[in-house]
Amino acid sequence: MKKLLISAVSALVLGAGSAFAAGSEGHIEDIAFSFEGPFGRYDQQQLRRGFQVYREVCAGCHGLKFVPIRSLADEGGPQMNPDWVRAFAAELDEAIDKDTGEPRPRKETDMFPTRQGEGMGPDLSLMAKARAGFHGPYGTGINQLVRGIGGPEYISAILTGFSGEEKEEAGSFFYENHAFPGGWIAMSPPLSEDLVEYEDGTPATVEQMAEDVSAFLMWTAEPKLMGRKNMGFTAVMLLGLLTVLLYLSNKRLWAPYKGKKA
Amino acid sequence: MAGIPHDHYEPKTGIEKWLHSRLPIVSLIYDTIMIPTPKNLNWWWIWGIVLAFCLGLQIVTGIVLVMHYTPHVDLAFASVEHIMRDVNGGYAIRYMHANGASLFFLAVYIHIFRGLYYGSYKAPREVTWIVGMVIYLMMMGTAFMGYVLPWGQMSFWGATVITGLFGAIPGVGPAIQDWLLGGPAVDNATLNRFFSLHYLLPFVIAALVAVHIWAFHTTGNNNPAGVEVRRGSKAEAQKDTLPFWPYFVVKDLVALALVVTIFFAVVGFMPNYLGHPDNYIEANPLSTPAHIVPEWYFLPFYAILRAFTADVWAVILVNKITFGIVDAKFFGVIAMFGAIIAMALAPWLDTSKVRSGQFRPMFKWWFWLLAIDFVVLMWVGAMPTDGIYPYISLIGATYWFAYFFVILPLLGIIEKPLPMPATVEEDFNNHYGNPAE
Repeated sequence: MKKLLISAVSALVLGAGSAFAAGSEGHIEDIAFSFEGPFGRYDQQQLRRGFQVYREVCAGCHGLKFVPIRSLADEGGPQMNPDWVRAFAAELDEAIDKDTGEPRPRKETDMFPTRQGEGMGPDLSLMAKARAGFHGPYGTGINQLVRGIGGPEYISAILTGFSGEEKEEAGSFFYENHAFPGGWIAMSPPLSEDLVEYEDGTPATVEQMAEDVSAFLMWTAEPKLMGRKNMGFTAVMLLGLLTVLLYLSNKRLWAPYKGKKA
Repeated sequence: MAGIPHDHYEPKTGIEKWLHSRLPIVSLIYDTIMIPTPKNLNWWWIWGIVLAFCLGLQIVTGIVLVMHYTPHVDLAFASVEHIMRDVNGGYAIRYMHANGASLFFLAVYIHIFRGLYYGSYKAPREVTWIVGMVIYLMMMGTAFMGYVLPWGQMSFWGATVITGLFGAIPGVGPAIQDWLLGGPAVDNATLNRFFSLHYLLPFVIAALVAVHIWAFHTTGNNNPAGVEVRRGSKAEAQKDTLPFWPYFVVKDLVALALVVTIFFAVVGFMPNYLGHPDNYIEANPLSTPAHIVPEWYFLPFYAILRAFTADVWAVILVNKITFGIVDAKFFGVIAMFGAIIAMALAPWLDTSKVRSGQFRPMFKWWFWLLAIDFVVLMWVGAMPTDGIYPYISLIGATYWFAYFFVILPLLGIIEKPLPMPATVEEDFNNHYGNPAE
């Protein structure tokens, strides 16, 4: 039985390694987010702060094309007031109506607007799952078992990783960033002290905003995270109990055929 | 059905007799479930049931996913996000399906290595082994095509790289590649045919699983001692065996429940651990990812594919002999498929009369080295192709072939086996004690 466990676990560990090839990645600090671990939950206040940073700063250049606006009101998310969400949707860029092909005011049942074209950044809907912060040791990815994959940490590290240096190459500007692979990123430093005024009064330091918006983007990437962890916990508890009961049944069933071990 | 003497189903009531004379289905089920099974089977023999579970899990979750998935290059990625966000329990179904593939391969690898250690491939079980290998190949095809369906960056570029392998076949390669893809590049036609085949193959696998079981129910199970169950009389056979139900069903369920517990911990707490982050970026034919890495279960063979670069002497030699027809790329493709064929040929390459590795003092070491080699190849398959990694791949790949084509044939001749128990009963009593004492 022990052997089984070891083989199962080691295969998982080894398997994971595979998925993350080594590369010249920048340094990423681990952050203790509230949603990490088997019992992790999103912090609603943090999601609201992060959403505020997104809509006041990031939304200029980054879309969320896979995120329905209505989900802002969902339980477990920022859980904004549905009326507020409706009004918020109407203020966003117009949507193209599927049936008529004409522009019309955006509704809460639409997705967040996309941002495409010159100077615009990648879509952020899934960014927190599309990047890995941790790869080690030796490219095996085993440390992800402890720290998590590190997508939100990666986003936060990018936002706080600017050195202030910039360079021009072929007419484009690049900004030095210690967390970005390669060291130079096309995005100018987006955050500065007190750039937003948090509604809950939290001081808006660059680190605070970076962490909050990373948490918000984890939510946009994995809105069902808490439901998933609840399911995992229930399943593990019930199946664990089933395993014990089956083990005892098996022991009793075989007992007449086994003697005392010599 | 089985060669081991045992009690058969006897229809008693009128309706049973009526059905039995028309369709002996109850008899078939009875004989299958009650098959005499060597009582010394250890815990390595539980992976078959895990594999059956995986096939069922993948088919059931897959059928539900298809209800919400759209196989079109413009819609596939978004439809997966729709499943993750808006379908009730959709995230759970999808994560079970994605991680189910990993459990499936974990189980199949342990199952195969169990067979290699205990000599389960040897006569008279060669057909079981070959059918198993065909199932394994079909699993790889199914998993590969399934990974393309979410239409992420790794889906697209993995499909491009792997179908490119067929393009390496001299002469007809490019035509075969076009035919497989349904066009000059991975596109909507590719996605649609992969979707179609991904749905079809699991049912073919299910049929082959029935054949696999049929084959080893005909020969009887191998067992850790590797000695055959006595078949002289029913009484003799009963000393070596116990019926599958309930003894092995309950034992298998203990193991299955534990494995599934761990599986749900992965699904619930770290469902993306075994995946690649790049597959959360929608496929973009204009942007190649920095590293194109297959899923973990393909890595050992991917490493063998990449091991034979143009500067390896064997590659240069073959290239010269074939007047340049076999280049490094094609050599790699042959090596990759050859590595699996080598495994399939094990019944005829292994010359030892002794089945179980337990009683083969030299074989043991080489076997465990092969297991380590497999893990090393898995690791190096994900590494870049510069520095020391190509050498590690080459050594690993060479050992893989050496094990099957040199070590297995030679060991049978030079190795002196350890004393073996005469019967399954004796082996069982050695391990678990004699109940009579």
